[in-house]
Amino acid sequence: MLTTQIEISDQPLNIQSCIDWVMSPQSGGIDVFIGTVRDSTKGKAVMRLEFEAYEPMALKEMQKIAERAFEKWPVQKLLIHHRTGILQVGEVPVIIAISCAHRQAAFEACLYVIDTLKQTVPIWKKEIFEDGEVWVAAHP
Amino acid sequence: MKVNVLAFGIAKDIFGSSSVDVELPGQNTTGSLKKSLEERYPRLKQLASYMVAVNNEYAPDQEILTERDEIAIIPPVSGG
Repeated sequence: MLTTQIEISDQPLNIQSCIDWVMSPQSGGIDVFIGTVRDSTKGKAVMRLEFEAYEPMALKEMQKIAERAFEKWPVQKLLIHHRTGILQVGEVPVIIAISCAHRQAAFEACLYVIDTLKQTVPIWKKEIFEDGEVWVAAHP
Repeated sequence: MKVNVLAFGIAKDIFGSSSVDVELPGQNTTGSLKKSLEERYPRLKQLASYMVAVNNEYAPDQEILTERDEIAIIPPVSGG
């Protein structure tokens, strides 16, 4: 049985199918993180976001995060889906879903996965404003 | 030795291209590649940080490069 599903896609992510994939009879809880495109950053209106990935390396780094989560917590199934391309406000760039026997591990593992993904996985987002655009975190 | 370097995110804007060829005059290390790139593209030094990936792994400055390696410039990541 596959316990990990990691994907990068330029198509809209399907929240329900992600939850269905991690569900199992052994699970007592599923923790889901859904990232969504916010309409502003530091008080400035955001029109849309553009995501770019170095796909082979991003998949490899996400696999490492998953392996580490399995070492640290009694995770049953773990899913990471990340979107690329142009996303409008309210759309979903990332879904993390984790099933465990008990909720504590699921919450902790999910927080670890999203926090580490934001630090190590080679994916970039550009914020598009009315009067310009900026690669997030590029400059100090 | 000449290496091909892939660029992503803001590095692609700085290079004006998704990949560039770089001639390494001295040492064939990640560190000397960074030095060559920074001379050619001074805006790289204004980034908060950046890493070099060799064959899909983050590489330290002393890593030895070969012409067959897949090399990429990784500016600060911002996924999720």
